[in-house]
Amino acid sequence: MRDKEMIAMLLAGGQGSRLGVLTKTKAKPAVAFGGKFRIIDFPLSNCINSGIDTVGVLTQYQPLLLNRHIGIGVPWDLDRKNGGVTVLSPHQKNDNTGDWYSGTANAIFQNMDYINTYDPEYVLILAGDHIYKMDYSKMLDFHKEHKADATIAVLQVPIEEAHRFGIMNAKEDGEIYEFVEKPQEPISNLASMGIYIFTWKVLQEALIKADKLYSDSDFGKHVIPMMLDGKKSLYAYTFNYYWKDVGTIQSYWETNLELIKTVPDFNLYEDFWRIYTNSDHQPPQYAGEHSDIRASFLSEGSEVFGKVYNSILGPGVIVEEGAEVIDSIIMANCVIGEGAYINRCIMDEGCVIGAGVQIGVGDDSVNVLQPKLYNTGITVIGEFSILPDNVIVGKNCVIDGVTGISDYQDMSLPSGESIIKAMGGSL
Amino acid sequence: MKAIGIILAGGKSERLRELTAIRATSAMPVGSCYRVIDFHLSCMASSGINKIAVITQYNSRSLHDHLSSSKWWDLGRKQGGLFVFSPFQNDSNLWFRGTADSIFQNIAFLKRSNEPYVVISSGNCIFKMDFNELIAYHAASKADITVLARETEGTELDVRDYGVLGLDDDQNITDFEEKPIETDRTVISLGMYVMPRLLLIKILENISAEGRYDFVNDVIIRYRKKLKINAFMFGGYWTPINSVPLYFKANMDFLRKDVRDALLADTPYIETKPKDEPPAKFNYLTETRNCLFGSGSILNGTALNSVIFRKVFTGENSFINNSIIMEGCYIGNNCRVEHVIMDKDVILSDGKNLIGTAEEPVIVKKGAVI
Repeated sequence: MRDKEMIAMLLAGGQGSRLGVLTKTKAKPAVAFGGKFRIIDFPLSNCINSGIDTVGVLTQYQPLLLNRHIGIGVPWDLDRKNGGVTVLSPHQKNDNTGDWYSGTANAIFQNMDYINTYDPEYVLILAGDHIYKMDYSKMLDFHKEHKADATIAVLQVPIEEAHRFGIMNAKEDGEIYEFVEKPQEPISNLASMGIYIFTWKVLQEALIKADKLYSDSDFGKHVIPMMLDGKKSLYAYTFNYYWKDVGTIQSYWETNLELIKTVPDFNLYEDFWRIYTNSDHQPPQYAGEHSDIRASFLSEGSEVFGKVYNSILGPGVIVEEGAEVIDSIIMANCVIGEGAYINRCIMDEGCVIGAGVQIGVGDDSVNVLQPKLYNTGITVIGEFSILPDNVIVGKNCVIDGVTGISDYQDMSLPSGESIIKAMGGSL
Repeated sequence: MKAIGIILAGGKSERLRELTAIRATSAMPVGSCYRVIDFHLSCMASSGINKIAVITQYNSRSLHDHLSSSKWWDLGRKQGGLFVFSPFQNDSNLWFRGTADSIFQNIAFLKRSNEPYVVISSGNCIFKMDFNELIAYHAASKADITVLARETEGTELDVRDYGVLGLDDDQNITDFEEKPIETDRTVISLGMYVMPRLLLIKILENISAEGRYDFVNDVIIRYRKKLKINAFMFGGYWTPINSVPLYFKANMDFLRKDVRDALLADTPYIETKPKDEPPAKFNYLTETRNCLFGSGSILNGTALNSVIFRKVFTGENSFINNSIIMEGCYIGNNCRVEHVIMDKDVILSDGKNLIGTAEEPVIVKKGAVI
């Protein structure tokens, strides 16, 4: 095995429970984004575009879709003889120890053998659920220039919002002297992005030490404060470009729809920093004789015979004649029946919506079962759901599974109500 | 039934005019994101033919570029895979002297295989078929060579442009007229054949010794009485790409739902080299009807009845009708484009009009700046 200067460890095991039904059967990094992509495509593409060809992807929660998506890494050119992408799942060790990944640092600790195979100088730690483009090689240059033990990428957030983030207090030159998680009275606006470069020797020591002290060792909570106490040199690397954590239903919806502005903040149409994804095939998009498509994204193989306004369609979506899709995100292979009306809806993959169905009509009552998740008027349909013809669905509703007429009272589901049925679908 | 495949991709057609000035017919872009050869490679690969030779000669750069990785057709294999053969300099000659000669010069490919059958296809048409049906028919009929054939009655195809077959009641070929000036026969050869590998080796060695180099004239026609050559009638979608009107029609056919359903909707999918473009983007003032779009395109104006490839930009208040706009074209604001075949990477500056007619579409050369 040839040694690598830096390898990346991508944490993709989290559920992302605030995305509700969207992450019921898949980890948050596997959730579709921008029509044809999945969230993990962004950090993975950043890796290969930054010249990092060895990536360990740590999975834990519902990894099936993620495993299939990554495969041997062909779409990202990460199918390598030496290095490439390796999916790292929790595993039993030979002394019968071994456990679930209990924290971000614990997950890396449990995979030190993988890292040591490549004997890297540096290790890049990434979260698998952020939308951004970043050249990690520049961050590494910064790390080397400052002879740092750890470099933490930070974002300048408005000071009034700083209390929601892990905040780095740093000197002029970027040297961090204090880290405060969600400070009541922030004195700096440098928010940690969850992206770290460590000098591997230093991190290895820290991980071993942290594991002895905490059973759920975490970078933010334990490793970073411990290194600061140990007088290691930590630097903040300021990143001034687009970065989004699509943590909630509302932010997921907004971040997607922002892409279709005429000049969006986040541009996917640049040649020199491409985002790669795994698509099984790429037929063209078709706009039918009576179609009307405005301010929208159409992914490969989608066919529109009706109207689509301000929406994002995934691959293979069909919008039948007379149907109208407004302000919505329709993921791969959904079929919207004739004359249906879909407003402010997030529809997961493979749904079949009957003719004349209306979604997103009625008052603004928040969801009864999960008022914290579904409260901004967006109705969410879980993957492989079926809605019978002519039913009327309100706002802040959740429908998950195959539903029939008998599941609806008077052919309708009022705002804030949910129908959760056992899943009949497959991946 | 195991077979190896040979795709003859060396040819060009004079009747495609400027469009094949820079590429072989097999590399012609069709249907928003494909090239003609994708249909041949995908059909073979999905029929279990996983050792395929592509024989190139004329203007092969864009074809080689397209075939640079065989991964997309699942042909990056240790066993079999994709072989690309171009003419190379040697003692006796420089170029392939004909279709049969192009295979003969690469006869080692045939000799080093052990599959019983060879499927040969001429890479200048669009179709989708399961070659297993053809091979099974060939084997069951105990023919020496089986030719894929088609009834042209009731179609727009002009038999005078093709090899015309005379058949007996058992579909055996009794006569073969190559591009006859006049004929009352209606069944044509589609330029695809299946035959035993060892027989092909033997015939190629024989005819080559006699200084004969063409597969149709020197194998099919010359041997038609000596060997049992029969026809397999193919009724699915098939269209040749050998003239500007046919190229135009083939693209416009993709706007038909029945054609998209036949070629693209279902597995096995037609695979092509991925370009990793983001989804097609429709801005606020677009108007589109009966159009096909490739990914990475950004549309602002009106587009009707057209096939628009990947990464095309259309400006505000632009109007496109009945046209083929290939990959990477930029159409400025207030342009009008009707009955145009725009080759790749053309830049049309603001306010320019390009108007052709259905009979005589305007062809814009690759990379032109207007």
